[in-house]
Amino acid sequence: MLTKDEVREIRIFSKKVQMEVCKMIAPLPAGHLGGSLSIADALSVLYNRQMKFDPQNPKWDGRDWLVMSKGHCGPALYATLALKGFFPKEMLQTLNQPHTDLPSHCDRNHTPGIDMTTGSLGQGASTAAGVAYGLKLDKKDNRVFLILGDGEIQEGQVWEMAMTAATKHLDNLIALVDYNKLQIDGRTDNDEVCNVGDIAAKFTAFNWYAQSVDGHDVEAIDAAIEKAKANKGTPSVIVLSTVKGKGWDKSENAVGSHSRGFKPEELEDALAQMQAELDTY
Amino acid sequence: MNNFKVCDRIEKESGEMRKAFCQVLIDLAKEDPRIVLLDADLMGAMGTKPFQKEFPERTIDCGVQEANTVGMACGLSIEGKVPFVHTFGPFVTRRAADQVFISGAYNKANVKLIGSDPGITASYNGGTHMPFEDMGIMRGMPTMTIIEPTDIAMLRDIVKQVAGIYGMFYLRLVRKGCMKVYEDGSTFEIGKAALLRDGTDATVIASGYCVAEALSAADMLAAEGISVRVLNMFTWKPIDEAAIKAAAAETGAIITAENHNVINGLGSAVAEVLVKNKPCPVEMVGVQDEFGEVGPESYLRERFNLTDNDIAAAVKKAIARK
Repeated sequence: MLTKDEVREIRIFSKKVQMEVCKMIAPLPAGHLGGSLSIADALSVLYNRQMKFDPQNPKWDGRDWLVMSKGHCGPALYATLALKGFFPKEMLQTLNQPHTDLPSHCDRNHTPGIDMTTGSLGQGASTAAGVAYGLKLDKKDNRVFLILGDGEIQEGQVWEMAMTAATKHLDNLIALVDYNKLQIDGRTDNDEVCNVGDIAAKFTAFNWYAQSVDGHDVEAIDAAIEKAKANKGTPSVIVLSTVKGKGWDKSENAVGSHSRGFKPEELEDALAQMQAELDTY
Repeated sequence: MNNFKVCDRIEKESGEMRKAFCQVLIDLAKEDPRIVLLDADLMGAMGTKPFQKEFPERTIDCGVQEANTVGMACGLSIEGKVPFVHTFGPFVTRRAADQVFISGAYNKANVKLIGSDPGITASYNGGTHMPFEDMGIMRGMPTMTIIEPTDIAMLRDIVKQVAGIYGMFYLRLVRKGCMKVYEDGSTFEIGKAALLRDGTDATVIASGYCVAEALSAADMLAAEGISVRVLNMFTWKPIDEAAIKAAAAETGAIITAENHNVINGLGSAVAEVLVKNKPCPVEMVGVQDEFGEVGPESYLRERFNLTDNDIAAAVKKAIARK
């Protein structure tokens, strides 16, 4: 259970992450805004409460691993890592610039704190399971947190991994699905593109321990992760019901928010809305 | 440095490549706890069950799922393990190409990919399982090292070496019988062609199945007074540019011989080196952009023109073009 102050601290952090995401993307023609905003609350819970890490030693062997399999949401993770001190905040403004260490999609060979290179959807699922298996071989108790997109789980590779991770009893693997219900070409929760259906039921059928929570309720996310950590013998998944483009009325639930830019006055508008929200915490 | 001895008589290996592979991997794994083996339901076919028996926890048979198998191996390597991944050649290269590329090479992972049943050796499995393009797919991926071990002696040495070198490797392995070219105990330098026979009129640059055929062709041609150099280009990438340039300069004609499509194959790789330097006539013995088909190896070698006779004819053609 989180205290009132802890809840407030986590919510302030995630709002700051969202604001940094907007500031990173605004100078560029476009960036992956929608999915970066929807996952910010989960990242805030992970990095403020649930994960073991050392910003001064990003490859510390006692750390928990995070694989952002929906690798295009690098901006949200970069903002999180900068705010946690993995690298200077000023670096955020180099997103997608020539020679940057903050590329559009996560690259472990460039960015301190990025544990896995991702971007081709579905692949982080398997690399995360590989890390989890390796940690078990080493008899270490580090955990692997895997962030999947809801569109991403249309990839067959995710379900190959799901079958194998359950078979191998990888209970140190905790997946979070950002169920924001939108993909580039439309909705994920109806027949417009490819209906992902009942995600938790699917994982349950694959012998995972599945939970569904409001992905913007930091207390619910925290409680679900606690339960997942206590679960033994099977991998866990937490389906986060979220709003794509969360925090700015122009991007919320907008299919075009997957990748979009900002007109000059729009950044100010987005930041003002987010600041107003933050001021209520 | 290559330090090998070519057998006086080139005969069939008494054992199988897969058995030697499994044994060398067991020996290595006893020394190095980081070594793990992954497969996609072809351990029985590859004869690696003894590894599983010895190291059950370090064996991950994922079932029929190549994408996840390769991906998990990449994750394991980032965590610190040294994974070997086996499945049939077409599956590990063609089917899991994007996983090899992104989770593997681009990610700077450390995975040793083993593709078995190269080219016509897929024999009775036929066209669906007969990779004539696997080396080409791997060759287009930056940082990949690509090797086709010729026989058991080379296999033993190469597998030992790659286990100790960080990076992405693709090894194309015959699963069952092959011709024994090298004496046991031979050692090889990755990236350096092995000079099997020197000659002055032309050079045959051969790999894998075609090495023994090339030696036989050289014998046939010697009887006709034609002196042929034979190079075993077992590393396709990084390719031995110096040996190719020297062959062109010193013999004036080159014939490539491969159990693979000549397009994006050894023929292409050698030609790329030559056109950047001093070109000479080149003939390419290999599969001429066709799909595989089913049948015994004895039929397929004739069907795809991979015999010593085909190589000898190509040598004469290349010399005539000088």
